[in-house]
Amino acid sequence: MILTKYEEGALRGEHGDILQMAYRILVATGEATDADRLIPIHWVHLSGVNYNTIGDAGEQFLRSIRHKARVQVRTTLNPAGFDKDTVHEYAITDEFIKKQESIKTSYKMMGVETSFSCIPYDIFDIPTAGTQVSFAESNAAIHANSLDKLKTNKESSFSALASALTGKSPYNEFRGDISPDVTVDVDMPNLTELDWGMLGLFAGRVSEKCVSISGAVPSDRRTCKALCGGMGTSGTCAKFTTDTAPDTEHISFGRQEAKKIHDELNTAETGDTIILGSPQLSLPEIESLIEMLRGRRFTKRCMLFCPRTVKESAAPHIETLERANVHLLADCCACLTPLLSTDDTDGVITNSIKGAYYLQKSNGLDVSLKSLQDIIREYSR
Amino acid sequence: MKRLVGGRATGILVHTDQPINFLGMINKDTGVIQDASHDLYKRSLRDTILAFPHGIGSSVGAYTIHSLKINNVAPSAMLCGRPDLTVVTGCAVANIPLAILDVSEMKLQNNSKITVDVDAGTITRD
Repeated sequence: MILTKYEEGALRGEHGDILQMAYRILVATGEATDADRLIPIHWVHLSGVNYNTIGDAGEQFLRSIRHKARVQVRTTLNPAGFDKDTVHEYAITDEFIKKQESIKTSYKMMGVETSFSCIPYDIFDIPTAGTQVSFAESNAAIHANSLDKLKTNKESSFSALASALTGKSPYNEFRGDISPDVTVDVDMPNLTELDWGMLGLFAGRVSEKCVSISGAVPSDRRTCKALCGGMGTSGTCAKFTTDTAPDTEHISFGRQEAKKIHDELNTAETGDTIILGSPQLSLPEIESLIEMLRGRRFTKRCMLFCPRTVKESAAPHIETLERANVHLLADCCACLTPLLSTDDTDGVITNSIKGAYYLQKSNGLDVSLKSLQDIIREYSR
Repeated sequence: MKRLVGGRATGILVHTDQPINFLGMINKDTGVIQDASHDLYKRSLRDTILAFPHGIGSSVGAYTIHSLKINNVAPSAMLCGRPDLTVVTGCAVANIPLAILDVSEMKLQNNSKITVDVDAGTITRD
């Protein structure tokens, strides 16, 4: 990599230890991705917020840099562990709350907007096409590259933080015009959002960087997000396109491939809690849910995860939702939630592949995978 | 061998052909693989030279690598077939030597004691 004099100096520690660490991360990242230089970026979305995932090491790390570290560009934040409005209804310790609060304080001191959302594309204005950004949340990075005409690496928590602290990111192929390395031929009709999630997981496994999807187009917000969420869970692939990609290997995704993924992640016939919102839901998706329910009530408790701003905008619907046994949780997400464990639930029912993956692998919960339509059909009256 | 995070380490080589998701697959307090579907299930990564194809999954895995280091249960060095940002930055912050090379070749040396010198670009069997 070619560095400027300033960057060389920062790497040697001439501008303090925070910038030295940040540039060390950027250079390691740049070397790994065959970047030739660092370029300015204009928006950073950080992961590494939920105390349940970053733990004491993360909390201590952030606390150790917060007095000196300041972000240089607009920086937004992934979900935390809980919704402060309802945290006392769950088995969350005071220690957890204290540590989560410390993480929030650290980010605030660094100048970060504490948006606590994994769907920045749904709640913030999207910059002009071609703008270089740095998104650490995997579903948001794929969404940005594929649907929002932005350019980002699939950042890690640390590379995004380093970009926030320097306003720079390595210029590699993801920031140029990346072309598909494989085509997935969709060989099944009428895909539900659950199918799109499974297709995403499948595509993320067969494609390293960019995948062309042929034979089906994700048609609405729900299916697009399911695709991005599934894809982000399984691999390094950072973009999908529905444009044809000549000269790529073709791999078929049909009922058989979908069933294989379903069998892998579906560990139970049913469960006692319905989980919606991994990625978090936007207001239109909540309004669509209300429409689909048509006055019926879920027979099992439904936890619905969304950003704080969405919960606030949904205020006129809260009564309707509570009547339907739907409980909105802001600032957190089903992915790596501390709110659910084998102590208080036998298993969960969800339409999210990303949610299913982490609830099973990380929370150790049984998961029953169904489409939203099937969940409503089976569990509401 | 491509150097990503410099340094030198000695340890038992633990090789797998399966990718690793540092978020979820590994107990960050013990360094033990807790995913029953992984071929390193129940294996401790502490003080090992870990050779694997690449990392997968959520980017928060980088913090897990940092946690493993803080908890003294991290591998002493990592060798990957191809780099992914989670592993690269996790190792950069945790100062765990990391190099990219054809790790499939290393299968034959699995479970033997080796020394990796990322700066010199060498691997020697002790």
